Amino acid sequence: MADFIMNHYYEIAAIILFGIGFMTLLLHSNLIKKVVGLNIMDTAIYLFLASRGFIEGREAPLLIGTSVSESGVYINPIPAGLVLTGIVVSVSVTAFSLALIQRLYKKYHTLNLDEILLLAKKEAKK
Amino acid sequence: MSNSNNTNRKSQKPWEKFICWVNGDTVLEDGPRKPEEIPDGRKVTVHSEENTIEGTPLSHIRKFRKFYIAASIVICCAFIGLMLFTTSQMPPFGAVDVPTNNEVAEKYIIDGVKDTGAVNIVASMILDYRAFDTLGESTVLFTAVMSVIILLRKDKDHVNDEEDLRILEEHRILEERPNVVLKTVGFLLVPFIFLFGIYVVLNGHISPGGGFSGGAILGAGLILYANAFGFSKLRKFFNFKVFTAFTSGPLLVYAGLKTYSFYTGANHIESIIPTGTPGAILSGSLILPLNICVGMIVACTMFGFYSLFSKGEI
Amino acid sequence: MIILEWVLLIFLIVCAIAATVSKRLITTVLIFMSYSVVMSIIWVLLESPDLAGTEAAVGAGVTSILFFVTLKKVGALRWGDNNILEEHAINVKRRDNE
Repeated sequence: MADFIMNHYYEIAAIILFGIGFMTLLLHSNLIKKVVGLNIMDTAIYLFLASRGFIEGREAPLLIGTSVSESGVYINPIPAGLVLTGIVVSVSVTAFSLALIQRLYKKYHTLNLDEILLLAKKEAKK
Repeated sequence: MSNSNNTNRKSQKPWEKFICWVNGDTVLEDGPRKPEEIPDGRKVTVHSEENTIEGTPLSHIRKFRKFYIAASIVICCAFIGLMLFTTSQMPPFGAVDVPTNNEVAEKYIIDGVKDTGAVNIVASMILDYRAFDTLGESTVLFTAVMSVIILLRKDKDHVNDEEDLRILEEHRILEERPNVVLKTVGFLLVPFIFLFGIYVVLNGHISPGGGFSGGAILGAGLILYANAFGFSKLRKFFNFKVFTAFTSGPLLVYAGLKTYSFYTGANHIESIIPTGTPGAILSGSLILPLNICVGMIVACTMFGFYSLFSKGEI
Repeated sequence: MIILEWVLLIFLIVCAIAATVSKRLITTVLIFMSYSVVMSIIWVLLESPDLAGTEAAVGAGVTSILFFVTLKKVGALRWGDNNILEEHAINVKRRDNE
């Protein structure tokens, strides 16, 4: 058990963060808290990916001062590229959901999802 | 509007129904679904709110609430346990002999400089080997800002909402008498933020950074400028026309350049663009112009988000 | 180095829990901002400087600004009874009258 924790602490932290974000997304009825939870889930997954690409004792993939590259010096660049894509997509998803939240607030004057559902149901009955 | 649509819903064609659905005039389904028809587990979510309206005792909802919380905790714990178990089967953190460090990563590291001329291997990866990926990502940003425009842009000639008038009044007062601290700090910081952003964009292929981080820094600088000196000053050089040109133009340029690159064989086989000396500013063939394109898109998108969120216009 | 990593990871988890349980939305967003900054330090420790720059500019900068503007729009940026900006506007009016 101690071995497992010492060998995988980045991954364990990422999984715990994923769980916290997931619970925030499910249990809070406030829409902004839900978006924050979604962002925490995003960063947890990026942390997991980047920690799988890390290699002990190697450098960032920047060939400064050398024109000849060897494979035994640098860490894996593929997770970094994937995560770079993910960060920018996550900011556009956040912006889009916040715009939707603003529209919802303008219509129903509340941020609570349960109240919004109630009001929408009442409106549909009229 | 909705009443007239409800009465003649039967006679509508599918296309008209779809248009009404897009406009939000009417609901497509005929009447509420019965709880028995929905597979168990989900029937409570749909109808628990309806019970409160009709005055059913709240105990049902409380019971459902408890069930929902317990179920979500159980699902979350199951997920976490499964992921922890999977992680325990993986090789330890920081090990060399892991399956992810395969020949693909080796190819990028060994041949990256020779193929693309860029010293930063991440930049050579996302803007040369996997450039279509980045084109899709820029398109995601473009689509996001378009949908935010659809959602939040205001009609300038018909401002009669009380809320809108209050916001306009606030903006007018703040622009007449801005915050002194904000103005002074903005005066000192904005040139350096712009300089650093441009540096990060232009050096994307020889140092960490690139179009995304540099574009975000430039967008943050634009936001600070707009806050410190007022939107009216920014509007002199950044209006809606400039915004449209700076988001859609670079996207088209990106697509055209990359089409040319892939047409000539992707890894610059018989391409006329030289790769240059690795480490120089004019190297890396197409990576520098692509970085500038991505930086322009990201900067305009970030400022566009802020402007639409706060004022409802660009 | 390993102690720094442990401290930062524990700080991340504490930040995430605090962002979840805090009562006021402005506190949540501020905690999320500090979470992003710590995350960018972790990217540096994981030898990915590209990610560190992007996370610091996007996560701590632009995303937080968007959250703040949304909170202002929905009236959650209250200190006492008045909106902060409304208070500023009232102060400016009073100063003009004097």
